[in-house]
Amino acid sequence: MAFINLTNLTYKYPLTETPVLQNINLQINEGEFVAVVGPNGAGKSTLCYTLAGFVPHFFKGELTGSVEVAGASLLESTLDEWVLNVGLAFQNPFNQISGAKYSVFEEIAFGLENIGIPREEIKVRVEEAMVRTGIRELADRSPYSLSGGQQQRVALTSILVMKPKLLVLDEPTSQMDPIGTREVFGVIRKMAEEGMTVVLVEHKVEWIANFADRVVALKGGEILLEGKPNEVLTSELLSENGFGISRYTSAAREAQKRGLWKKKQLPVTLDEAVEGFKS
Amino acid sequence: MNIEIKGLRFTYPTGLEALKGINLTIQSGEQVAIVGQNGAGKTTLVRHFNGLLKPTSGSIFIGDWETTQFSVAKLASRVGYVFQNPDDQLFSRDVLSEITFGPRNLGYAKEKVDELVQRALTLTELSDKTETNPYDLSPTWRKMIALASIIAMDTPIVIFDEPTTGQDAVNVARIANVIAELKREGKTVITITHDIDFCAENFERVIALSNGQVLLDGPAREVLGQEEILAQTYVDPPQLTRLGKRLGLKETVTRQEEFLQALK
Repeated sequence: MAFINLTNLTYKYPLTETPVLQNINLQINEGEFVAVVGPNGAGKSTLCYTLAGFVPHFFKGELTGSVEVAGASLLESTLDEWVLNVGLAFQNPFNQISGAKYSVFEEIAFGLENIGIPREEIKVRVEEAMVRTGIRELADRSPYSLSGGQQQRVALTSILVMKPKLLVLDEPTSQMDPIGTREVFGVIRKMAEEGMTVVLVEHKVEWIANFADRVVALKGGEILLEGKPNEVLTSELLSENGFGISRYTSAAREAQKRGLWKKKQLPVTLDEAVEGFKS
Repeated sequence: MNIEIKGLRFTYPTGLEALKGINLTIQSGEQVAIVGQNGAGKTTLVRHFNGLLKPTSGSIFIGDWETTQFSVAKLASRVGYVFQNPDDQLFSRDVLSEITFGPRNLGYAKEKVDELVQRALTLTELSDKTETNPYDLSPTWRKMIALASIIAMDTPIVIFDEPTTGQDAVNVARIANVIAELKREGKTVITITHDIDFCAENFERVIALSNGQVLLDGPAREVLGQEEILAQTYVDPPQLTRLGKRLGLKETVTRQEEFLQALK
């Protein structure tokens, strides 16, 4: 059985008429790295909130169908039980930083303290997580003195340190420079290889194609397409529906019309583009 | 209205020296992108333009005004600043009052305020949302409200701090439209961005900052082609520039049509 099972999932926020998620059916295996793409308002963040249990336990509203993660059913679990399995990094890191802690080190330790992990183990795990995400040198800084990209790394680290079975990331690199983005994608990829299941919302399609196992394209609360990154991300349906596409894809598509791109398959990544234009 | 920056240094109260001697002139009507790694000093630099920060040493002139001699409120008539995070900026109960606040505060006549507000609403496609509370809208739309509320102030200089963060393709195109329109009106537009493809497609001049100093400054094509120097400040050239290099094209290309022409 799949690690995540979404069956006929439909959800409406309180006091609203239109469902934000409509009849979603999706299975994700343990250790799979799945990227979710879609225009603003497609339901991407709501899907993240659902996997993290905030929908419906915190936001209320009306959820039908079923959501299962690691064999547990969302509607039959409490939020306290649910969050032991799932970690969510918010779109805006500012919303996540606790405000209760003076240093980055303490901020990252906060979650572990809350579930009663012994002091010595906390130290080790926080160190390890900070090294992993490359923020060891920020340990003594105040979380509020950091740049947007640095705050995002702290937010991600404070989730990773909890070692959730499912990691849900809502645009975790939106404020990062390309090197930061590359490093963070590398860390996430590695977590997936170690068995953590990852669901990531992201606009940067070139990175998705380089790192993710599968892509789900959402539009208007429904799954428009899903499959291998290159297949989904080069589909003409995406450009027609206001999705962001790689410049390599759009240049090759135009080149194809002018007879300058000979292959049938279009590129998403630099390597695919180089290979295709050379042949 | 030119921006003149001479020997600008800035040290935060924590002791962190964020700007280490910046000299720049930005001419009236230029479209400038500022790029560079997290912590390079981009936001610190632009916050000097509207007086939110005052130099530790050196000077900044906005036209004939030295920023240290004028209040932030006064400088707001010359420099509009759209924050990176719209939630740092928005405070009104509905979209219309949010956007009306700025121009009214600058003391324009009522007719002019109405005209500026309508123009900002049209440009940002917010005309059907005037009565909505900004916090009932998605972060995407809040970003557009933040943008509209600054454009409505009709300042000769407009600064955008990471305008495309978290925006989808449709909204990025909308923001590009706003920038093009401001250019037609002869405004100076200064934008901080990590979105280097957006930078290549919408800006004529690019300034790369690194570690509180200017690393590169010049026409977009020249700056964005310097792969090795840009790497020092963690900036990758645009996708098509990298592709052009890998394919051995002689000219540096930054945009699709240039790339396709060079390919022939």
